[in-house]
Amino acid sequence: MKILAAAWLIARKDFTIEARSREIIATAAFFAVACVLVFAFSLVREGRAPEGVAAGVLWIGIAFSGTLSLARLFERERAHDTLRTLLLAPVERPAVYLGKLLAVVMLMAAVGAVLLPFTGFLFDQGVIGAAPGLALVMVLGILGYAAVGTLFAAMLGRSRSRDVLLPVLLYPMTVPVLIAGVRATAALLDAAGPDWATARLWIGVLAAFDAVFVTLALWTFEAVMEE
Amino acid sequence: MSRRFGRTRALHDVSLTCGPGEALALVGPNGAGKSTLLTLLSTLGRPTSGAILFDGRSAAAWGPALRARFGVLGHDVSLYPELSARENLTFFGRLFGAPDLGSRVQHALASAGLEKRADAPVATFSRGMRQRLAIERALLHGPDILLFDEPFTGLDESASESLIARLAGARDAGACILFSSHDFEHAERIATRVARLDAGRLSWLSGSGPLRDRYRQAEHRDSPQL
Repeated sequence: MKILAAAWLIARKDFTIEARSREIIATAAFFAVACVLVFAFSLVREGRAPEGVAAGVLWIGIAFSGTLSLARLFERERAHDTLRTLLLAPVERPAVYLGKLLAVVMLMAAVGAVLLPFTGFLFDQGVIGAAPGLALVMVLGILGYAAVGTLFAAMLGRSRSRDVLLPVLLYPMTVPVLIAGVRATAALLDAAGPDWATARLWIGVLAAFDAVFVTLALWTFEAVMEE
Repeated sequence: MSRRFGRTRALHDVSLTCGPGEALALVGPNGAGKSTLLTLLSTLGRPTSGAILFDGRSAAAWGPALRARFGVLGHDVSLYPELSARENLTFFGRLFGAPDLGSRVQHALASAGLEKRADAPVATFSRGMRQRLAIERALLHGPDILLFDEPFTGLDESASESLIARLAGARDAGACILFSSHDFEHAERIATRVARLDAGRLSWLSGSGPLRDRYRQAEHRDSPQL
């Protein structure tokens, strides 16, 4: 079986399980919405939010709910020792990484699709005008965050302290992605209209991080998964 | 080969061979290194020193194709509880490249005695039903190297008889089987040889004959015979 076919098979299995349980999507979306709501109550005064805050709040919601999704998605594999069997499949082992990455990206993107208009509404930011750009920033930012997170979540699967260690390792490593995501989103949500020049610069930075993180993760996955 | 985890020596200078048509039972107390040995043989880990060769070639030289030859059953059943028995078998069958998958899955469900529960989620199954399904999952793609860790766990007498028949059949068809077990009654009906591990060392490796008697003799022997 080819690497991409195996990755799609693994991701599709995760979607099937999630479609039945809705456990990850419901928990992550609820957490992200609650997070944005708390910030909105604290920062929005008389219907106005300080400039540039919405982008930061949006990415905090995405990052924190993403950690929940990562932890739960790998907990499912750990609880019944299925990750070992995936690694025994006669395909290149990075296929397992790609499959899990695809599942994480799709779950985080689904949460992001709810969170973006919700944040725009609460912080009085027009998201429709810059929707294609915002969608691109979200996809690239989520990919970079999930690329590192998937590697760490898989690596920590056998650690007793995995729930503590995952955010401790993940957040410092993904700071560049989060900064680039916030700056690109803020540029697109600018009150004077989307600042495409600044957004393009940060989108380029995001794409570069994604390329580096995904390449490194594919390169190291087999080695870090060995017992 | 040897395997260390930090300062802990899990396996020390273990040397074994297993050929086609052979079934090697791994015995020994808890923590002796049986599961570690099976993990290394399945290529999920590497020896700290020494090498594991499959038909004279290392796992690295074989590449992923080697893993298609493995049928692995671990401590846990390695099944998705949210998926049905049929979905689990179909998923793993596709991933492992099993040919003629539809009929293989149907045959596996029949062998596991789960035809009537084929579309029920595995979460609703008893421990024994899960174990029977896990065994079929491991055998689905027709592997010729079977690595089974405590395969009789959770099985009732009838399911154990069925597993013995399956493994003996695979052995007679030319498969190489390595399995750990604490159950001598069952193990000696499959095994052609037995290896005892103690604290990571191979303390005893037998030829043929009644396993229980030889195992007990070895336990009382002053100097282990290799």
